[in-house]
Amino acid sequence: MKLMKTLLAATAMLALAAGAAQAKQLVFCSEASPAHFDPGPTTGGNDFDASSRTMYNRLVEFKHGGTEVEPGLAESWDVSEDGLEYTFHLRPGVKFHTTSYFTPTRDFNADDVIFSFERQWKEDNAFYNYLEGISWDYFQGMDMPKYLKSIEKVDDLTVKITLNEPNAPMIANLGMDFASIMSKEYADQLVEAGTLELLASQPVGTGPFEFVDYQTDAVIRYAAFPDYWAGKVAIDDLIFAITTDPTVRVQKLKAGECDIMPYPSPADIADLKADTNLNVMEQEGLNIGYMSYNTTIAPMDNVEVRKALNMAINKEAIIEAVYQGAGQVAVNLIPPTMWSYNKDVKDDAYDPEAAKAALEAAGVSDLTIDLWAMPVSRPYNPNAQRVAELIQADWAAVGVTANIVSYEWTEYRTRGKLVDRPGAFQIGWTGDNGDPDNFFATLFSCSAIGVSNYSSWCDDDFEKLIQDAKTTSDQAERTKLYEQAQVVFKEQAPALTLAHSKVFMPMSKRVSGFTMDPLGIHRFDNVDVTE
Amino acid sequence: MLRYILQKLALIVPTIIGISLCAFAFVRVLPGDPILAMAGQHGVSPERYEILKEQFGYNLPIWQQYFNYIWSVLQGDFGISLSTKRPVITEFLTLFPATIELASIAMLLAVAIGIPAGVFAAVKRGSWFDQLTMGVALTGYSMPIFWWGLLLIIFFSGYLGWTPVSGRLDLMFFLRPITGFMLIDTLLYGNWPAFVSALRHLILPAVVLGTIPLAVIARQTRSAMLEVLGEDYVRTARAKGLSPRRVVNVHALRNALIPVVTTIGLQVGLLLGGAILTETIFSWPGIGKWMIDSIAKRDYVVVQSGLLLIALIVMSVNLVVDLLYAVINPRIRVQ
Repeated sequence: MKLMKTLLAATAMLALAAGAAQAKQLVFCSEASPAHFDPGPTTGGNDFDASSRTMYNRLVEFKHGGTEVEPGLAESWDVSEDGLEYTFHLRPGVKFHTTSYFTPTRDFNADDVIFSFERQWKEDNAFYNYLEGISWDYFQGMDMPKYLKSIEKVDDLTVKITLNEPNAPMIANLGMDFASIMSKEYADQLVEAGTLELLASQPVGTGPFEFVDYQTDAVIRYAAFPDYWAGKVAIDDLIFAITTDPTVRVQKLKAGECDIMPYPSPADIADLKADTNLNVMEQEGLNIGYMSYNTTIAPMDNVEVRKALNMAINKEAIIEAVYQGAGQVAVNLIPPTMWSYNKDVKDDAYDPEAAKAALEAAGVSDLTIDLWAMPVSRPYNPNAQRVAELIQADWAAVGVTANIVSYEWTEYRTRGKLVDRPGAFQIGWTGDNGDPDNFFATLFSCSAIGVSNYSSWCDDDFEKLIQDAKTTSDQAERTKLYEQAQVVFKEQAPALTLAHSKVFMPMSKRVSGFTMDPLGIHRFDNVDVTE
Repeated sequence: MLRYILQKLALIVPTIIGISLCAFAFVRVLPGDPILAMAGQHGVSPERYEILKEQFGYNLPIWQQYFNYIWSVLQGDFGISLSTKRPVITEFLTLFPATIELASIAMLLAVAIGIPAGVFAAVKRGSWFDQLTMGVALTGYSMPIFWWGLLLIIFFSGYLGWTPVSGRLDLMFFLRPITGFMLIDTLLYGNWPAFVSALRHLILPAVVLGTIPLAVIARQTRSAMLEVLGEDYVRTARAKGLSPRRVVNVHALRNALIPVVTTIGLQVGLLLGGAILTETIFSWPGIGKWMIDSIAKRDYVVVQSGLLLIALIVMSVNLVVDLLYAVINPRIRVQ
């Protein structure tokens, strides 16, 4: 009886406490623990959600729900005629977070911008090696050291970035997570105290939310930053409840233990859509699953053979069977959410008879091909083994024999890059910065042969179009060039463009204002909740 | 007794060497290059690759890597996590209390239900209760933990809404850990509603984790009891006219418990193994989930040192059980 009374009292107190909570709270069931809170060296989407997109800003920001950039900590910028000098005019009056471990004495200025890049660039910077085994993957991966010549302070609110060669995607790079702006004043404080590593565990930024607490592998707490330059966000508290299992995330959402969750299992989508308390948003991801033919080895050096092989494959059936409704046939190399997507390009129609005839016309018979299948599930291709089996069957119908080949994941990629690798190689790509260059040049430029051009394809027309687009800073002009590049790509068929996977975002009906982001990031600065 | 203890301790040294070798070798035979695994989809330049290789000592001969590793471990340095860049030992100590808390409650549940059920089944041998208990125990023993956990979540949390789905504490409570044990911390803060919340969060994971040990303990207790109940001294006790309750509780149970204690000791290893699945399902921030996440992230340093640390703990527990055994059963000491 006594226990019963105590329990009742406890329940009453719970109810009181709940009633007293006036603050607007949003709970996000995130899919994994962040490595830490420095967006410079980290690479995972979950790392960025927990650091750069909540607590930091960049000179430029991606528009909500799009891949175009808009002003961020830079109010505006000018590009010189030759495309080599970028002058950024910084936003005045931007405050850094005041926390229990840091109190800023000045507003954001040019020194912060310079520090944020030099720490990843200059080996003599105190932070270049501040964590054991640290590497600045994105700064390196986006070729920043190759392009950057200098970053100079013109005055407190003006920064000039000079490049070694023109590179139009630079602006998009500056909107990426690694380009988040840190406080130089805070960094100096850490250097003085000899506790550099705290930069990764006690973050200070200018972003919409400030850091409150992290309980390892369990919960991250943020509070709205009252002095945010774009105005305080609508919610007061943002909580990441780390829940790794997708089925459990769904249960938590349904039980009201969280308001929004990423990456449900395809099997749960129908059930979630049927739940009247939930909304399920969906969008194609900024990715492509494709299959590269080695265009230097006969008979696949013949474009007619490549096209015939493409025509023999029933993409719709593969997407139905493997992606379980979470995929869409890829016509072009870039997904439809990306600017410069060419709607007029027609896909090779599925036509086994025509494929057979084309192979005969090309003088190809008894063709045997190595068909490579990734050993792991990737966002752009959940089951490459199954895809390979389906393609094998499709090809068998036109008289082509496929031997399925697979290796351990790193070994697979290493072997796939070899210039003399035989056969058709399944692979894919997830976009970094929403710039088409990040797909076209990274995956199919001549200089990427042996690196990430798995087709060993070097086409003069295509190369000229994408290189021109890279050095022109006029957006309309670039769009035109990329549209043409997509036409050439389809005509030359260096690869089969298989699918763009779809991303789903289920959320409680009390959540409003959330936009799905093609870059796959989760941002909560526009979100509101109703009680 | 001292000799017995020394013998047991001496056995530990080769075991530790064996385990450290296994952990070390296991991580190295796993496919994949740790440095390439660290890099994202952009890969890493050949120059940077060499630098990192040297920094992590992967360029040294394998035996030298092993001795370097053992030498660091002996100095208490278990390495730095490749992904979080924090010392492995710090992460381990942060997360371990959550695992102990869950495992202890699960064990408590298993013992508190398993022993009485086993005793009762033995005393009422052949009755419907015996049949039912042993049937349920067999089912429990063969239960796939992952499936069992999800089933309980879907039914009790999803459908009935009686228990929370996952986590350790309702998010409305914001308590910074003191000891890392949620039940203790909430009491230290004097926050009674939080304590209740922590308890509610423990129910399902403890039931899931405790299911297999419960089944094993119940079966073991039953068979040990049956054996003891057939002994002459029990018959004598009965013949003396002692109450059946006294015969069972005092004369039979005490002796039947000896093999049960050993079983309980062995279950600790299984509990830590089961914690890997249970913690993953219930988003329980303990070392089991930590290990699984680290394998997924190819964090070789954490996997290697985590294996070693867990093995050391299981070994220590078994040592304590061996010693306890000697205390309960004097014959062991003499041998």
